[in-house]
Amino acid sequence: MLVELGHFCLALALSVSILQFVLPIIGIKLKSTRALATSTYSSYLFFCLVSFSFISLMWAYISSDFSVALVAQNSHSLKPLIYKVTGVWGNHEGSLMLWILVLSLYSLALSIIGKNIPLKIKSIVLSVQGLIASAFTGFILFTSNPFLRLLPPKLEGEGFNPILQDIGLAIHPPFLYLGYVGLSITFSFSIAALILKQADSIWIKWVRPWAMLSWTFLTIGIALGSWWAYRELGWGGWWFWDPVENASFMPWLAATALLHSSIVAEKRNTLKAWTILLALIAFSFSLLGTFIVRSGVLVSVHAFASDPSRGIYILLMLILFTGGSLALFAKNAPKLKSGNMFSPISREGAIVINNIIFSAAAATVLLGTLYPIFIDALTANKVSVGPPYFESVFIPLMVPAILLCGFSPMLTWKRAVFDNIYERIIFIFIVSILITSFLIYIRNGSAMTFLGIFLSIWLFLGTIYDFFERILRGKSFNEVAKRIVSYPRSAYGMSFAHIGVSIFILGATMSTAYKTEIETSVQIGDKIIVENKELIFESIKQNQGPNWLADVATFRISHNESDISFLYPERRFYPASQINTSEPAILSRLFYDLYIVLGEKDIKNKNFAVRVYYSPLLNFIWIGIAFMAFGGILSLSDKKHRVSYKTLRKNRNLSIK
Amino acid sequence: MKKYYYYIPLITFILLILFFSRQLFLNKDPSHLPSVMLDESFPKLEFNQLEKYNLLTIEDIFSYDKPSLVNVWASWCVPCKIEHANLMLLKNKHSIRIYGINYKDNLQEADEILNLDGNPFYSIGVDSSGRIAINLGVYGVPETFILDRNGKIRYRHVGPILEYDIRETILPILTKLEQDD
Repeated sequence: MLVELGHFCLALALSVSILQFVLPIIGIKLKSTRALATSTYSSYLFFCLVSFSFISLMWAYISSDFSVALVAQNSHSLKPLIYKVTGVWGNHEGSLMLWILVLSLYSLALSIIGKNIPLKIKSIVLSVQGLIASAFTGFILFTSNPFLRLLPPKLEGEGFNPILQDIGLAIHPPFLYLGYVGLSITFSFSIAALILKQADSIWIKWVRPWAMLSWTFLTIGIALGSWWAYRELGWGGWWFWDPVENASFMPWLAATALLHSSIVAEKRNTLKAWTILLALIAFSFSLLGTFIVRSGVLVSVHAFASDPSRGIYILLMLILFTGGSLALFAKNAPKLKSGNMFSPISREGAIVINNIIFSAAAATVLLGTLYPIFIDALTANKVSVGPPYFESVFIPLMVPAILLCGFSPMLTWKRAVFDNIYERIIFIFIVSILITSFLIYIRNGSAMTFLGIFLSIWLFLGTIYDFFERILRGKSFNEVAKRIVSYPRSAYGMSFAHIGVSIFILGATMSTAYKTEIETSVQIGDKIIVENKELIFESIKQNQGPNWLADVATFRISHNESDISFLYPERRFYPASQINTSEPAILSRLFYDLYIVLGEKDIKNKNFAVRVYYSPLLNFIWIGIAFMAFGGILSLSDKKHRVSYKTLRKNRNLSIK
Repeated sequence: MKKYYYYIPLITFILLILFFSRQLFLNKDPSHLPSVMLDESFPKLEFNQLEKYNLLTIEDIFSYDKPSLVNVWASWCVPCKIEHANLMLLKNKHSIRIYGINYKDNLQEADEILNLDGNPFYSIGVDSSGRIAINLGVYGVPETFILDRNGKIRYRHVGPILEYDIRETILPILTKLEQDD
């Protein structure tokens, strides 16, 4: 019954979202403030309906109601509760439900936080949100209904892929979607700006926090997915340039560019058309990403849609949102007042170059992901693109971006006098080269390793130098303390994020370059030596989980005489599905990760295949990303964002012209 | 800035969409093999060997008297990893012969994966350049072909084989092929 109610609420939600889209348009045509004001209430109602619908679906999962087709296909009564809950979005239909839930949440948040945005602008934004909501809700109802019943009901569900039962994998879609869908707000604001042909600096102040918020969530979401791959897949790798990963990476790249260009737009009242374009593109990537990940639209490097009716709907949505918005852009963007000019050597100039690089990077990832389709369309050949392409194209693009990032915060706005910072740059450059050479001298390394370490140190020193220089301008201790306190949070945020990038680069470089990999076969009592650490295979015992049998090995790891730890890698066997899986065990220290995978058992010789990875500084990858996300949060907490939403109380009831 | 510059994004997008639609309408259900390969004999290809493993040869395929699977995989491919356990299941529980085509891979890593997770393949052919896969019309990995007892390609599965697929498509097709003469 609850399931039918949920279905009904979803249908109601569709009609409400259509109202949310249409009424403001009528309001503008008829100059009716009342019709405009309805958009706020529509967004409240839409949120309530979608939440109810989502909860009813979640309940079907929790109660293992296998008369619902989706639950029967994707869940299992033996799953732990948490995975029943997260299983809701572990499939195409459910993930779209999560998508509109997040969308409704954002519209709600905008309605509440944006009380002081002029009604006209706000209702256009909400109207666009309504259009997006109705398109998605319609897509769910007409092509991917999650509430379909099954007759006769199944006794047991079928969804039990053990590799997919992992907390990192389970919670990363909500974060990712908070990122993807957050970009819908910047998208809608851009549409509003294009329709009204005005994008003043207060407009960009409204947009920026949403871009920052989405970027932060995207960063966290991508990191969680990557963390899952690292812990669970048993290869010791953390990024595979898989189309699914690329799908989340493209919006991230576009959002990063958007974030930077919106700073210029805010500070210097220029580059507005470009910022709007980035917002449109970022959301388009989000749409593409949503479809690629769950819908079977691009299974791996595969074809565009596995279900033709879905494919056509998706295509129509892409045409409507991306095509429509770009057409509007082409028509109205030239009418936006063009901003101030600036010299190429200035903070703006540096950010423009950053933007070009990030856009190019997003384009290369897009190309690599869709290349197979193009080749197929142009010639008869069918190909797929692997990691070598991405590595050879992406890394060279990022090098200049990082070089630039090291010193561009030191440049002043408008026109920087290069002479002033010339000496500092040379100083930081020489220090970085010296430190890198020293490190490489101790531990040998290839040119790529040198480059990676150099870039990391360069960025770190540049960021730190810039920060201290600003702080130490104070003469006395008190003055310095005051500067530290009053230093804007958004500037702290930037420093943190840039340092995060530097830590990330160091982690990625070191863990790749100095990784030790040992593959061997061991019996009880055997010893493996990795990087001065002694691993002793002490024992093996059988263990039983809720639905698996496992061989659990005990490895005793001695770093030195007093520092001893144990690792318990498992080899699991799931009788229900006759599947074997390896559960790697990871010893994660600040400066290295030791990763043991237990493989197949050789019954004759009582040997076990074992793989050991030693990756130095691997944790720096996660720490770096955490710094980046923390930088985003810091920057969001800057009071100027609150101010921009609180001002304009006077203009609140701006008359409709 | 010139006014028509603002049309560049739109035009780029339209071109993209044209490609997409062409793909969508020409090849309506892309998870099926293009008609060219369907019901054709498995092409006479020559593979390289993955050290320590049986080499996949055409004779193997044509002399075998039961339906079999040909799985295209790589160690760098995440869906393959998810599919792997299911291939083991097909081999061990259902005694189905699976030939592996290792696609554009680092051979050492391929070997490690098989060592660690088990080897579901009767024999393996290496396709380092990806050329052989092109002859088969492979879009990417993983991809699986079902061959009948005469070595003709009868079905193509795109993407990882999940438990669901085994039950709903792979096994029914195999059973049907086995019954056919």
